Amino acid sequence: MSEEGPRVLIVEDEPEVRRFLRTALDVQGFRVVEAATAKEGLAAATTYNPEVILLDLGLPDGDGIEITRKVREWSRVPIIVISARGREDDKVGALDAGADDYLTKPFGVNELLARVRVALRHAVQSASPGGDPVLEIGTLRIDQSRREVRIGEREVKLTPIEYRLLVLLARNAGKVLTHRQILREVWGPPYVGEVQYLRVFMAQLRRKVEAEPARPRLLLTEQGVGYRLREG
Amino acid sequence: MANGREDEGMDDERRPDPDALLRRVQAEEARRTRARLRIYFGYSPGVGKTFTMLEVARRLRADGTDVVVGGVETHGRQETAELLKGLEVLPRRAVEYRGTLQQEFDLDGALARKPKVLLLDELAHTNAEGSRHPKRWQDAIELLEAGIDVWTTLNVQHVESLNDVVAQITFVRVRETVPDAVLDRADEIELVDLPPDQLLERLREGKVYLPEQARRAVDNFFRRGNLLALRELALRRTAERVDADVAAYRHQHEIRSTWAAGERILVCVGPSPTSASLIRGGRRMAAGLRAPWVAAYVEAPGAFALTGPDRDRLQANLRLAESLGGEVVRLTGAGASEEILRYAREHNVTRIVVGKPTHRRWRDVLRGSFVSELVRGSGTIEVHFISGDEGGAEEPPAPRETAARPVDWLGYGMAVAGVAAVAGLGVALRDVLAMPDVAVLFLLVIMVVAARCGRWPALAAAALSVAAYDFCFVPPFYTMTVHDTRHFLTFGMMFAVGLVISALVDLLRRQERAARAREARTAALHALSRELVGATDARQVARIAARQAGAALGGEAAVLLPGAPGNAPLGFVAEGAFRPGDNALSVARWAFDHGRPAGRGTDTLPGSPAICFPLLSGTRTLGVLAVHAASNPPDDPESRSHIDAFLRQTTLALERARFEEEAQAAALRARTEEMRSSLLSAVSHDLRTPLAAITGAATTLRDDPERLDSRQRRELTETICGEAERMGRLIGNLLDMMRLESGRVAPRREWVPLEDVVGSALGRLESRLEGRDLRTDLPDDLPLVAIDPVLFEQLFVNLLENAARHTPREALIELRARVADGRLEVEVADRGPGLPPGEEERVFEKFHRGPHAGAGGVGLGLPICRAIVEAHGGTIAAANREGGGASFRIVVPVGAGSVTGPDPGGLPDVLPEAKA
Repeated sequence: MSEEGPRVLIVEDEPEVRRFLRTALDVQGFRVVEAATAKEGLAAATTYNPEVILLDLGLPDGDGIEITRKVREWSRVPIIVISARGREDDKVGALDAGADDYLTKPFGVNELLARVRVALRHAVQSASPGGDPVLEIGTLRIDQSRREVRIGEREVKLTPIEYRLLVLLARNAGKVLTHRQILREVWGPPYVGEVQYLRVFMAQLRRKVEAEPARPRLLLTEQGVGYRLREG
Repeated sequence: MANGREDEGMDDERRPDPDALLRRVQAEEARRTRARLRIYFGYSPGVGKTFTMLEVARRLRADGTDVVVGGVETHGRQETAELLKGLEVLPRRAVEYRGTLQQEFDLDGALARKPKVLLLDELAHTNAEGSRHPKRWQDAIELLEAGIDVWTTLNVQHVESLNDVVAQITFVRVRETVPDAVLDRADEIELVDLPPDQLLERLREGKVYLPEQARRAVDNFFRRGNLLALRELALRRTAERVDADVAAYRHQHEIRSTWAAGERILVCVGPSPTSASLIRGGRRMAAGLRAPWVAAYVEAPGAFALTGPDRDRLQANLRLAESLGGEVVRLTGAGASEEILRYAREHNVTRIVVGKPTHRRWRDVLRGSFVSELVRGSGTIEVHFISGDEGGAEEPPAPRETAARPVDWLGYGMAVAGVAAVAGLGVALRDVLAMPDVAVLFLLVIMVVAARCGRWPALAAAALSVAAYDFCFVPPFYTMTVHDTRHFLTFGMMFAVGLVISALVDLLRRQERAARAREARTAALHALSRELVGATDARQVARIAARQAGAALGGEAAVLLPGAPGNAPLGFVAEGAFRPGDNALSVARWAFDHGRPAGRGTDTLPGSPAICFPLLSGTRTLGVLAVHAASNPPDDPESRSHIDAFLRQTTLALERARFEEEAQAAALRARTEEMRSSLLSAVSHDLRTPLAAITGAATTLRDDPERLDSRQRRELTETICGEAERMGRLIGNLLDMMRLESGRVAPRREWVPLEDVVGSALGRLESRLEGRDLRTDLPDDLPLVAIDPVLFEQLFVNLLENAARHTPREALIELRARVADGRLEVEVADRGPGLPPGEEERVFEKFHRGPHAGAGGVGLGLPICRAIVEAHGGTIAAANREGGGASFRIVVPVGAGSVTGPDPGGLPDVLPEAKA
């Protein structure tokens, strides 16, 4: 157990799941705090000031979505929801409430660790606004100061909307953004319901960015939830 | 006859007929469990009925029985009030009636309290207006139906069938009566008796309470002679009852009774006011003979339908017969005596009771005598004459029909104008026209007026014609004087012709009206049945019936179906134009619970604006037809049978719909059952297999870690991961299937580029399709399609997974799609071994697994595909390809007007650069 490792709060009522999470995270050098109920979870979130929260939705004394909302009132700590509820509506609900990511049980440890790392990195990035004007993800390179997008050596010409869309996804690379979140950021709050427009622009963007638009490697669809730009 | 069967059975061998035995056991069972009615019966106020009742009640109370006093009047008598102490008395309900507050018995309170025994004084009491029932005895019946024993008191003069006998004795007619049927319903009748001398003594001592209005009659009523006669009546009535009990007992115990077997009495009822006493007489005779009795009325078809007041009196008479326990029969036919005799023979009637004719003899000569025809044709049937009660004069003679109708001024105007015109014409052409011509012209006017305006204007025209003829054309002209007496003959003939014509025309008009009304009814029934044929569920039936009933009965109607409690007010789902309020709903509730009509124009809650008919199917009530009409429902026999037919048809349709729903539910249950059993066997196999592998691998790792080398350890962990994944997939599939099968998943269609859906499906399959040759062929100009993207992603995942599982690694998999004519066509094809012949349909069955299935298949992938496609209203089919391999084709309607190209109209594509 490393003293310097990031603090992770696990809010989960199943002791077996807690045990497996603790083991997996311990091994990776995280400092783990556990809570079995919503009440304990909220208390721990204020006391220990964790850097990531893993949150189960179905807790005996309250709904995880409620906890997410309460935490979001005062903190931007990344929240990764882990839940047996696999329906898209549940995911969208949690993400729109302020969760950063969503993992459906069962999941592999690799996947969990990848999501935790993404969350930690984004937390660092958002803490220092502005940041690097150049975003590089795999072969994709976005130079925000020059408003230039390249795939490998090839320069890609984008319309202003497409550009904003790509930048938004790239800044949140690895993270799922719901339709509402994307629409609000790119088009503005009045357009949060216009999912099909988003789909059309995304298809258009894929044709410009992806080698094979029907088998996207970069701009991935989380069907019924939103979009994610794949890291690396 | 009712007991025909039993008689036969006993003739053969003196052994009870098993059916009869069963019926009796059931009847006894019902008797034991049903609530009991006890009546304390007396011959006069003051004999101590209430006192006796309370005394017994106190004893019962002391024994611990739940006795509650519902309504008892102490009339300020100390000894009675004393008895009430220690008994629970229900609070009264205050009813405001015409400004004064009246304390009434609270029926709902009693029903809610539900004691074992309820005491209710004065059975003949008339409730205050606005109560649920007009009469207290109806309250008693409802209490009994609710399973509450009722004790009550009654005086002999309030018994319906004895009403006019009592009136003859005492010259006091009592208006508040109780039907004999209620008395017959009583399980116990307890006679409370006091010798008249003692009663008179008590009266003198002021111990008998008398209502204010009775004080005037007190001298008339409380004469010793009267009291003796009344006492005898009460004793006789009680004795009759005891007799009946004895007979029932003998019957029950197979004692061959000596009662006049097969006696059956028929009372001829008409609209005459004297029929009422005829009915009471018939009932007394029937009671004396302990025979069933029938009140029969012969209706002449159509044309001679009764007019308003006559009809009302007839209805009243028939209702009286019903309330006295008689069966009411309506016969139709031109010859009254023939119909009566035909019915009498068919139904083994032994005695016919008719009233003595009171009309003049000449009517018999003209119309034929009903009585003499009856007597002549009666054969072995006895015919009894009972004199009409001359006291019947209390009922006013029937007012003429026209008095009620607005005067037809136009008709009379036409009569006057027509006669004046002919008179004028006759005067002008006096030289040309002969007198008979003028007479014929007048007749013409009478005919025209009769044809256009009906009977009374025609009669007026006839009278005017006679006058005008006399005045203008009979010498001396312009006087009413007639010199030649022969002209009187002409006048007479003219008037007679007018009379005959007007009568004929009137008859025609009435027949026409009747025919039209009949036609309208038939048409309404026809329309109802035609529409009901198409109705498939109960709510549809209800909607149609409500609409047709509203049209037929001239108002708004609704059919109320019992819904799940809590779903709708009072547990009803209402269909139709009429939105019943709380009042109407409680009427409907009552009608539903009691299986009898209630509301406007009935005996129950007559103050309600709506009338509710229960829809009865056997003993079950399927619903209630509630009609909110501007006027009372018509009560003539034809309308009633029309309503009956209406209700019957609706009930039949409802029943059919219910059976259909039940059959469907049963089929669904059977399918679900079948699915569940195959699911269970599949689940037990498919979940246990990976679980076995996981358990085996995990226990090996736990128990022998040191004996395993690193390769073995890795293999075991791989097994655990792989099998867990497989189990996860199976559970996911099962959940998907259950969601789709539950029917709650309606596709959420959104306009999406198909590419996007295919892309996300391929993303999910990335690891499984690793190294496979997959080609997708999606045209660049593929328009947006309206599909559920989540379900379609699942569809593609399942199809591609299926293709990957059943084909060798090197086999090519292709995915093609196109949109044509508003339909999306997708094909997933492979170059694998193809489907075994005959499997093309079976692959879509749940838990069916092909012969080449590799590990991990659960036989749910393709059924899920089919469920998804069908939820979108499309089709899926499997076939073998030319040149080898299998192909799955999907055709789904995706709607017209799809957006092509990236042109989301109206959405800004240009943003302020500064923001970027």
